Formats: sequence, C-alpha cells, structure tokens
Amino acid sequence: MNIDVGLFNYWVVVFLMVAGLYTVISRGHLIKKIIGLNIFQVSVFMLYITMGKVSGATAPIFSETATAYSNPLNSVLILTAIVVGVATTAVGLALAVRIQEAYGTLEETEIIEMDGGE
Amino acid sequence: MIQHFPAIQVALPLISAAVIVVVRRPVACHLIATGVAWLSAVVAWTLLQTVLATGPISYELGGWAPPWGIEYRIDALNAFVLFLVSGISALVFPFAERSVAAEVDESKHHLFYACMLLCMTGMLGITITGDAFNIFVFLEITSLSSYALIAMGRDRRALSASFNYLVMGTLGGTAILIGVGLLLMQTGTLNIADLQVRLVGAHETSKTVLVALAFLTVGSSLKIALFPLHAWLPNAYAHAPSAVTALIAATSTKVSVYVLMRFIYTVFGAALVFEVFQLQRVLLPLALIGMFVGSLVAIYQTNVKRMLAYSSLAQIGYMVLGISMVNESGLAGAIVHMFNHAVIKGGLFMVMAAVVLRMGSADISAMRGLAKRMPLTYLGFVVGGLGLIGVPLTAGFVSKWYLVLGAIQNDMWLVVAMIMMSSLLAVIYVWRIVEVGFFEEPDADAPVVQEAPLSMLIPTWIMLGASIFFGVCTDTSAGVALEAARQLLGAP
Repeated sequence: MNIDVGLFNYWVVVFLMVAGLYTVISRGHLIKKIIGLNIFQVSVFMLYITMGKVSGATAPIFSETATAYSNPLNSVLILTAIVVGVATTAVGLALAVRIQEAYGTLEETEIIEMDGGE
Repeated sequence: MIQHFPAIQVALPLISAAVIVVVRRPVACHLIATGVAWLSAVVAWTLLQTVLATGPISYELGGWAPPWGIEYRIDALNAFVLFLVSGISALVFPFAERSVAAEVDESKHHLFYACMLLCMTGMLGITITGDAFNIFVFLEITSLSSYALIAMGRDRRALSASFNYLVMGTLGGTAILIGVGLLLMQTGTLNIADLQVRLVGAHETSKTVLVALAFLTVGSSLKIALFPLHAWLPNAYAHAPSAVTALIAATSTKVSVYVLMRFIYTVFGAALVFEVFQLQRVLLPLALIGMFVGSLVAIYQTNVKRMLAYSSLAQIGYMVLGISMVNESGLAGAIVHMFNHAVIKGGLFMVMAAVVLRMGSADISAMRGLAKRMPLTYLGFVVGGLGLIGVPLTAGFVSKWYLVLGAIQNDMWLVVAMIMMSSLLAVIYVWRIVEVGFFEEPDADAPVVQEAPLSMLIPTWIMLGASIFFGVCTDTSAGVALEAARQLLGAP
C-alpha cells in the first residue's frame, strides 16, 4: 500500500481516533476511560487544524512579505473545542472523585456489582 | 426591542445563571430562575407567532452578515421547539422548589438552579442557531450541565449513571464535531443555509459528504438515545433528582431529535439522504426495534422512574420512525410527537416527583393504595398514561394518527400494525401502575401521606391539561407541525 506523505496528519488523526475510542470501550477503569476520551477529542482537534492548513502559506498573522495565509477559522473553532474538552475532563474527574468516595473503587465491573447488576 | 428577541432568548438564561451563583439565597435563586423561565416562554411564544405570521426570521449576531457571522435563523420548526423547551421549563421551575428542597442539599441549591438554567440555555441555543458549529457548542453546554444535575441525585448510583452519560454523551458530541468538521472541509462554510446550497451535487465527486452524514447521524442518535445507543438513558433518568428528570426527559432528547431532523432535512436534504444514501434502511428498523424493546423492558421494571425511562426509549422510536418516512404526514407526526411526548412525559415525571416527595421512593411497592391518599396526583398518572398509550382525545393519539397516516401513504402496512401493537404494550405497563394504586391496599408499615403540595399539583395539572388540550384542539400543535414539515420538505 502506498501511503501518501501529504496525508500523514490524517493517518495520525485516524490512529488517535480509533485508539481513543478503543480505550474508552475496552478499559474498565474510569480514569482510563477519561484518558481515552481525551485522546479521541485531541484527534478531532488535529483533524480541524490540518484541514485549515494551506500549503505554502504562513500562519494567519498579517505581514508585509506573506502572500498566502492558512485558514484561521479552524484554529478559532478548535480553541472553543479545547475549552469544551477541558470542561468535560474536569467534570469527569470530579465525578470520578465522588465515585471513589461513594464506592471505594473506580473499576466499572465492581461498581456494577455493587449496584446489583443494573 | 422585539427584533432582538432571538438574542435575548439565549442570553437571558445564560446571564441569569451567573447571577444566581452570586445571589446564593435558595428562595431568591428559585424566584429568579422561575421568572427567567416565564420570560423565556413569553419570548418564545412571540417568536413563534411572528414566524407563523411573517415567515422565517434571520438574526445577525453582533451585526456580522451570514455566512461569515453567526446567524440565528428561526423557522416554524425551531420556533415550535423553542416554545416547547421554554414552556416546559416555565412549568418545571416553579414545580421544582419542594422537590429540590427534599432531594438536594441546601448548600447546593443555587448551583442546582444555575445548572438548570444553563441546561435550558444550551437547549434553546441548539434550537435557535443557524450555525453548525454553534450546535456543537450549545450541545456541550446542555450536556455538561446535565451531567452535574444528574450527579446531584441522592443515591450513589446517580454518580455512576452520570459518569456513563458523560462518556456516551462526549462520544456523541465529538462525533457531531467530526461531522461538522467534514462538512466544513467539503464546503468551507458552517452556516446551515449556506451548507444547504453548497452541498448540492457535492456527493458525486466526494465521499466526504457520506462520511459526514454518518458521523452526524451516529452522534445525534447517541444524544437521542435511539436503540441501540440508549444505554445511558434509563439509569440517568431513574437516579437524577426528580425535578431534573422532569426537565431533561421532556426536553433534552427532543432537542436532539430536532438536531437530527435539521441535519437530514435542511443541511443534506431529504432527496440526498433517503434516495442516494438510503438512510431509512438503518433508521427505520432501529426505530421499530426501539419501540418494542423499550416497551417490553418497561413492563418488567420495578422502579417506576426507570419504567418511564424505558417508555421514553419506545416513544423516541416513534419520532425517528416519523423522520424516516419522508412524507409530510410522517414528518409532521414526528414533530408533533416531540411536542406531545414532552408534555405527557414531563407530566408523568412530575407526578413521580410528587410520589417521591411523599413516599421517599419511586419503587412500585411504594405506590400500593396510593390512589386513596394522593387522589389528584394519582389521577394525573392515569391521564398521562392514557396519553402514552395514545387513547383518542389525548395528545398521544394525534401524533400516532399522523404517523399511521404517513405509514399508509408509503404503503408500509407492517409498520402500521407495529405502531398499533407497540401501543398495546404501553397499556400493559401503564395498567400495572393503575392497578397497584387503585386496587391494592397500602403496606401496613407504609407512611400515611397527604396529597402533594399545591406548588407541585398546579404545574403538573397544567402540563397534563395541556396533553388533553392538544389532543382535542388538534389544529394548534399539529397545525404548526404540518407547517414545519412542509417547510422541511421544501414544498412551497
């Protein structure tokens, strides 16, 4: 198979996306699930930033010498998405702390067992 | 003033949420939240009337012209959903006080009301915006505040339910973000009206459109809790504080259904989604399975809040069924069912909040003989239950009527039969509760309780009264739904 170097970023995106999703699904430890979610989200940040890059163009900061700029919209959007990601992680970790206090464990299987298999 | 109503609709609850955190006094916080919810309902009602009279409204946020600036665009469909969200909130907020006082620690009351307002802000924002990325941002505002609200439940299971919802909800939200990103990649725009124009014919040269549709459908289905992506829903509804369940069960899944409708019908267009990509081959079977699985599992539940949650799963099946029929009646059925089910399920969860307040439990055993002690509350359950089944003269009948009409137009007779059968399943689980309340004697050790307080009874009965009203005066809600369906299908 011929892997196009120009698509290198997208291969990384797909790898991180699937790795993150796999971690969320396969790991029973709640903190590991949050880490998986983070990896999943970061892959999307990379996707957005990559598609905004214009080849041969510089960062979108005005200068006399530059002729072309990359699309700044994507970076701005991802700034918002990063904030959302941080907020989600914070809420998730806060919940994990309270689950640890209430159940004494962070293993999903043990928690389900304590809840009577619901 | 009136031309700024679209911005006020979202900004008012958002700013008030911050004010409430500063105010801190529980009574004052509750008053502010209730007042804001009522004002929002008035704003939404005005917008709905304006849209029906003069056609869609476009509002340029900050004066930046679309497609560069963010546009708020209101047509018949989202004006209807805006009124639904703010109307339900206007009834749930005054109702919440007693229930919250009993179920949430007093030191957290101001945070509770702030989260409720943020949740409402998010849902109004998703509905009103004409910008695809904005939908994602407001979706996350709704979700994050819902996680916090659900985790305030008394039981520790509320925590694990909330965590599950957080994982699933984030996956869903991120999938929507990916879908929006792919659309941006294909078209270079985020404005929904602009996307609609630029996507015409784009699928012929690029697979990106198909992948974007796939991510957006999966993402919004997770948020809708369409079978088999529903695993987060029953525990979240069962263990959240009762007032929270009443609000999110009535509104949050409906708003997600709206998002799916908006993407399928407005952004991609029905012709592309259903004729080229054949999405109904996925949605239709899942909706039908959801209808039956939800109802069947509901029959075996012992916790009544969980039972109602599974029943929601079945009702969501009806809405997605209507979306996948692609004709005016079916789509109108889905839209009007969003509204009717919100009113009915909101009312039922409010009844359960009253039961939990008095009995301290939502278990079916707590409801033995309760009809004699809390007759008005229990009668409320019967009225709501009839609506769930879809008995004529209740709102549930109107939506099923349009769904059946839509199925007949498509010659889907099997689907017609399945709608009828799944309604019969609803009879079983509603009857269980009626039987326990009316024909069994209370347990000897059960506390002797009084009728629910008036502050809970009045909003509950307004909600349930509305479910009868919209069942009798069908031209009100169904009329708007038909108009919205016509606009979505692009007919003049």
